[in-house]
Amino acid sequence: MENFEPTIVAFCCHYCAYTAADMAGSKRLCYPSNVKIIRVPCSGKVDSIHILKALEMGADGVYVAGCLEGDCHFKNGNIEASKRVAYIKKLLDEINIGGERVEMVLMSAGMGERFAQTAVDMTEKIRKLGPNPVKSASKADHAA
Amino acid sequence: MITAERKPMEELIECLKPYHRILLVGCNECVTVCAAGGRKEVGILSSALQMAFKTEGKNLEVKEITLERQCDPEYVEELVTHIDQAEAVMSMACGCGVQEIARRFKDKPVYPAVNTTFMGASERQGVWAERCQGCGECVLGLTGGICPIARCSKQLLNGPCGGSTNGKCEVDPDIDCAWQLIWDRLKALGLEDRYEENIPAKDWRTGRGGGPRKIIREDLVK
Repeated sequence: MENFEPTIVAFCCHYCAYTAADMAGSKRLCYPSNVKIIRVPCSGKVDSIHILKALEMGADGVYVAGCLEGDCHFKNGNIEASKRVAYIKKLLDEINIGGERVEMVLMSAGMGERFAQTAVDMTEKIRKLGPNPVKSASKADHAA
Repeated sequence: MITAERKPMEELIECLKPYHRILLVGCNECVTVCAAGGRKEVGILSSALQMAFKTEGKNLEVKEITLERQCDPEYVEELVTHIDQAEAVMSMACGCGVQEIARRFKDKPVYPAVNTTFMGASERQGVWAERCQGCGECVLGLTGGICPIARCSKQLLNGPCGGSTNGKCEVDPDIDCAWQLIWDRLKALGLEDRYEENIPAKDWRTGRGGGPRKIIREDLVK
């Protein structure tokens, strides 16, 4: 567990978080390489099944990063995404994987620092939670 | 539409415990519209079930299929090519769909993944409300298009009762008093006189009072 390096999937909206990641890069801000970014046209494009599939395929944590409230390029995609994330959190609690492995975060395109800090915070949080129980069970299967 | 809600995961996992390979069957009709058992929900439940089994060190193979209409034998027949590979079927359709699969595949255990709830309409996105109880003798023409059977907690044919306060029902302040709605509507239509007419006692034999019902259209029967 001490050497556990989590894999985190971040669904990033093209208009905010993905650009914030660029901003973080331009500012030479460091953030953990654990975070694997998937660019989406809007956080509202991220469906429940995308989050579940990421976890099923072995991600230890997932977060969806959308625009600040009221700033969505498509009016309310970020709000819709927040609701879906809340739904998935409940579902994950029901199957004992833990809803805290999934988060919704909001930021603007100029928030490079926020992007980097979110990546740090999420990595730390998932590191404390430990590996995705789905993944560890699958590995035990292979070992057997 | 017929509305439904997914059962708690714990219940679903419990009934699938003896199995390793299942068919998870959705329906493209009502349960798709009320977001309980369409293609999307089949994908979500399949993923959740597989993860839940893995966390317990077990493997569950799930074949996902969503039929056009699970309450019609023609569409249920499409499962023939998949049924042998599955030890059991979990259906995300309403109770009619579940029973149609059970009728067609007699040697296969079938489990419902949803609780079928009521016949209703969309109030707004994500909210469905009961509108019809299928009583078999529609009175909507007398009541301004608002059903006292489905929407009045007491199913009063001549209301309201004394529990109506500020347009709300005494059973729950979130429930509109159906008879208040009926009165408001009749007034808006200028049909207040209709309110004065007593609706006679209903013959409940056309509803569930007469046992399970059947419709036979002689011109269509083969």
